[in-house]
Amino acid sequence: MYFLKLILRNALRHKLRTGLTVLGLVVAFLSFGLLQTVVDAWYHGAEAAAPNRLITRNAVSLTVPLPFHYRERVRAVEGVKSVAAANWFAGIYQDPKNFFPQFAVEPKPYFAMYPEYRIPEPEFEAFLRDRKGAIVGRKLADNFGFKVGDTVPIKGTIFPGNWEFNVRAIYDGAEPKTDTSLFFFHWDYLNETLRQRTPQRANQVGIFLVEVADIDRAAEVSEAIDKQFKNSIAETLTETEQAFQIGFVKQTEAIVIAIRIVSFVVIFIILAVMANTMAMTARERLSEYATLKALGFGPAFVASLIFGESLAIAGVGCTIGIALTFPVGSWFAGQMGTLFPVFEVSDETVLLQIVCALGVGTIAAVLPAQRAARIRIVQGLRAIG
Amino acid sequence: MRIPLRYTLRNLWTRKLTTVLTAGGMALVVFVFAAVQMLDTGLRQTLVATGQPDNILVTRRSANAEISSSVDRSQASILEAQPEVAIGGQGERLVSKEVVILITLPKRETGQATNVTTRGIGASGFALRPQVHIIEGRAFRAGSSEVVVGTGLATRFDGASVGNVLRFGGREWRVVGVFDSGGAAFDSEVWGDADQLMQAFRRSAYSSVVARLVEASAHETLKVRLDGDPRLTLDIKPERVFYEEQSQALSKFISYLGLTLSIIFSIGAMIGAMITMYAAVANRVGEIGTLRALGFRRSAVLGAFLFESVLLGAIGGVVGIALASVMQLVQISTLNWQSFAELAFTFTLTARIAIVSLGFAIVMGIVGGFLPAVRAARLSIIDALRAA
Repeated sequence: MYFLKLILRNALRHKLRTGLTVLGLVVAFLSFGLLQTVVDAWYHGAEAAAPNRLITRNAVSLTVPLPFHYRERVRAVEGVKSVAAANWFAGIYQDPKNFFPQFAVEPKPYFAMYPEYRIPEPEFEAFLRDRKGAIVGRKLADNFGFKVGDTVPIKGTIFPGNWEFNVRAIYDGAEPKTDTSLFFFHWDYLNETLRQRTPQRANQVGIFLVEVADIDRAAEVSEAIDKQFKNSIAETLTETEQAFQIGFVKQTEAIVIAIRIVSFVVIFIILAVMANTMAMTARERLSEYATLKALGFGPAFVASLIFGESLAIAGVGCTIGIALTFPVGSWFAGQMGTLFPVFEVSDETVLLQIVCALGVGTIAAVLPAQRAARIRIVQGLRAIG
Repeated sequence: MRIPLRYTLRNLWTRKLTTVLTAGGMALVVFVFAAVQMLDTGLRQTLVATGQPDNILVTRRSANAEISSSVDRSQASILEAQPEVAIGGQGERLVSKEVVILITLPKRETGQATNVTTRGIGASGFALRPQVHIIEGRAFRAGSSEVVVGTGLATRFDGASVGNVLRFGGREWRVVGVFDSGGAAFDSEVWGDADQLMQAFRRSAYSSVVARLVEASAHETLKVRLDGDPRLTLDIKPERVFYEEQSQALSKFISYLGLTLSIIFSIGAMIGAMITMYAAVANRVGEIGTLRALGFRRSAVLGAFLFESVLLGAIGGVVGIALASVMQLVQISTLNWQSFAELAFTFTLTARIAIVSLGFAIVMGIVGGFLPAVRAARLSIIDALRAA
């Protein structure tokens, strides 16, 4: 007990220094936690993917469409439960800054495949009845103040012209990780309009979402689909929703890696600060350590005093940092709007923060502890700060 | 009278471990600060090098990238016939009607399928980009299923070297050459014959039209006239402006993220400097008293401690910039959100970045050292001497 008391007293001897060190630790662990969460947010699409959903796209690349009539041939493949056409719309709402994803989908099969989007039944019915209807996610609706009944004008980039949609339903996520920043409207509305404006671009589909009856046969089914269209005008590539999403993330991997590296740089910065604090503390107290030794305490005791103090300071800083990660994280997510559809501090992040704190606390104490443990009594008593 | 510099230097030297750790923390912050700006500069340089000053690039109005644009044949012909378009040595108009398609290729190291821009160019395509040179093999023959690849692509992607065959659009395309565009975005592209690519992908319209103008200033008059032409729904931009806009989102992302991180991290490093300097003051109370008793003024004491802190910052700054300069060997390749295709660029260190980073380090030193220096200067002679 007296050992802990001694550590605590030691830590509080230089209140300003300890206070500053703790402040530095808090800033470092907070930013580390946020950066890790940003990286997690990058992968949210892959995390939220369901194993029974496949995505069929043109083998050339995502930007080359597939003919609409492929839908029936995909549906006919054995093991396929349902198929929904979807197009990435990439429209601009008022200003390019206000980015949110918009998809033209075939609503009935699409939303049947995504039970995690919870839509009130009457609202969904109203959406089905309105050709220009749209379903928006809760987060998106909150962000831009969309209410049921609102008209949302969107300027097309891939599909030129001004488009108007009526918000008919707002969906909630079944889980916190469900993306509720999406905007859906009728694929038929897109297609009919294209047929009038630019007939050569009608009846083209960006991707087909495919639901398989049996998860274990997903690989087999995707091969069967691609085989259907081998050597045709538009060859297809079918992969699981997760592989499709990871493919996206991988293309921006360099940025993710950079953020990861940088998040560890901040740990090294704070390690330097912490090690400095401990080095100065130990140097100032060399004569005390020598006194302790003269009283009969061994080098291990002296070293453990320093380790204890270092770990205690790191522990306090880290605890406050972790505690702040949650409120600051949700504030940050609010500021970012729909840029990060899902921004949740994960358990792994907290665990990583704790491990890093232990590491910083231990490594910072190594050199000073070694020095204090080794110092000869006479030398130590003579030492001045 | 000033306190000699040697006093400060020897103080730093005596507490080597503390000096190294404090300056080391600052060096890491400066490293992040400089590296992010180098990345942003590299990105901009790549895209600016892609555009020629007297070229224009024409896309469909409100399409913000070449892949989502389409310019049909009649519109392209109207453009070609404009009087502002320059004429080449053989009397041909310097216009390239291009088609841009994204294909996916596996990266060599990771096997990751990546979007690659494939550009079908017209006969004047090479003439319009004088920075592009064939460095291996030869140019593709018009009217054949041959392609040339950018040097960045040839090194990073499987099957993208001379003699290999790329399979897309239901055809086989033989790679007959590698070109270098001097660090421009073209280095990450595949080039082939526009008409062949259009046939393979059953396209009836071009994606964009690139034209050389008689002089760069002719752009304004051309734009005014064409904007008023009801047959055209096109956006006419100087090529440089177009490519700058292509990098905007990525560039903004990098610089905002980098700036935010640098500021947050610098708090940590400044706290480190503050701890060091407070300790330096506390340990030297007696010395400070002696200095004052010898006749050195408060301002001299303040200056000496502030200088010590600035020196710490400067050491950190130099080390940080040195570390960052090593990053110039690293090439980053990532998806550019706006063009939706792979783009490779490098960290580029400029004199401006080096100076700004050093300034940033010194500011960290001043901020971290100011309060402790004030405390040192405020000590009264008697108290200080008694404490010793």
